[in-house]
Amino acid sequence: MEPVEIDSGRHNPGVDPGLHIWGWEIPVYLFLGGLVAGLMVITAMAELRGGRPRSPILRMAPFGALVLLSLGMGALFLDLGHKLYVWRFYMAFRPTSPMSWGSWILVLVYPVGILHGLGSISDTARASARRRLGRVGGWIVGGATFADRVRAPILWLSLVLGAGLGVYTGLLLGTTPARMLWNSAVLGPLFLVSGLSTGAALLLLFPMDDGERHQLARFDAVAILAEMSVLGLYLVGLGSGGAPQRAAAATLLGGAWTAPFWGLVIVLGLVTPLALETIEQRLGRPFTRLAPMLVLIGGFSLRAILVAAGQDTSFRLFP
Amino acid sequence: MTSKRYAMVVDTRLCVACKACVLACKAENDVPEGYCRDWLVEEVRGRFPDLRAENRSERCNHCTNAPCVGVCPTGASHIAEGGVVLVTAAKCTGCKACMAACPYDARYVTPDGYVDKCTFCLHRVQRGEEPACVAVCPTHTLHFGDLDDRESGVSRLLTERDFKVNHPESGAEPNVFFLT
Ligand code: SF4
Ligand code: SF4
Repeated sequence: MEPVEIDSGRHNPGVDPGLHIWGWEIPVYLFLGGLVAGLMVITAMAELRGGRPRSPILRMAPFGALVLLSLGMGALFLDLGHKLYVWRFYMAFRPTSPMSWGSWILVLVYPVGILHGLGSISDTARASARRRLGRVGGWIVGGATFADRVRAPILWLSLVLGAGLGVYTGLLLGTTPARMLWNSAVLGPLFLVSGLSTGAALLLLFPMDDGERHQLARFDAVAILAEMSVLGLYLVGLGSGGAPQRAAAATLLGGAWTAPFWGLVIVLGLVTPLALETIEQRLGRPFTRLAPMLVLIGGFSLRAILVAAGQDTSFRLFP
Repeated sequence: MTSKRYAMVVDTRLCVACKACVLACKAENDVPEGYCRDWLVEEVRGRFPDLRAENRSERCNHCTNAPCVGVCPTGASHIAEGGVVLVTAAKCTGCKACMAACPYDARYVTPDGYVDKCTFCLHRVQRGEEPACVAVCPTHTLHFGDLDDRESGVSRLLTERDFKVNHPESGAEPNVFFLT
């Protein structure tokens, strides 16, 4: 390529010399959104296959997911430049805008999550709520009884909304062809499988029934394998794209973000926990919390690195 | 109402990079201090002594296929008269999805929190005037007009002269053309 010297008189804050519009808030939001998606899908799927879960943490997970979702939305709110106008998200539905899909999915998740959680409350907990909480206890039990009646459709809704939420967190970046590193439809499935894996990992940090722990750890191992394959697809897709995509891929394959990406995401966040989980399962070693913790670190790093590295992979790098 | 497609034609052979367009825009549009809606790019290509220099007055391209409008969740970014892409501050949440989507990095977040950019001075155009940058340019580098009118100055320049757009591979179909 012939040499080119460019002197731009544009020095807009946050835009020049490189685009920097999203800091820590968006990765946190994407990470928590993925976790919530994972929790919704895992708990709904488990119950659709095997009946109401035995471990308390699995029964509490739908409510826990709503708390995490609220924290994530808090982070998203902090990122907004024009905070007083946040209600504008809910004055329109724009089908071409992933951000718009996301805001509407987020409000649908709340009622579904509440019904999902209410129906998961055990009979003993319902009885003690009625005894100890007086009128509030009565409402909870009433709600739980109603949730029981609509259990199957609510579980299916949880599954579908959770999957939608997970895919959306990836598409938020993946539908922005102006940033080469994000220019991949694979980011939707990638963030979904990563959300499933981090969701399972979060649950594994809590005490639970041995049989359920076993199943969950197996599920997490499968999700990690799936995530590795999708990540492979993503990199191959970028690498076989046009010059801009190849240059974007190079930031992860030899360029500035190579060490954090391979160290934190691949080795620490995927390969190591997969090896640990396999050893624990195959050799019957006692379960430790190390593998799930690494999965969570890897899941957050994936989003933090892609958001940070992707912003400035733009056309201006190819004058 | 007849359809209009507003466009700008920039004659890179006439531009002397005096930046009058940049200053005129700041004054006309009360652009916050330290920000700009149009800017000068001075580019030199080739190996000495075979050098080619080009000055380009750049701004939002008011793209026909504007990705910034598609990703906006609230409709704040929209297409107005003549294909001009505008942002309604009172609808903008400052989510910055449009900034991530703009292939030309033409937008910025104002100190007030909403996103802003070049408007092709639609408020002046509706009064029958030219955009401030065009009106002030001392070398007549900048031309503004309606591409759907085959007799307009911009249409004629694009039939008579060679031109290019910035990063056509973006797929956004920009409407700022550079005569080469
Ligand atoms: S240049 Fe950027 S801001 Fe302007 S219309 Fe095109 S995509 Fe939108
Ligand atoms: S920052 Fe404003 S104009 Fe841009 S996408 Fe968000 S709401 Fe729309």
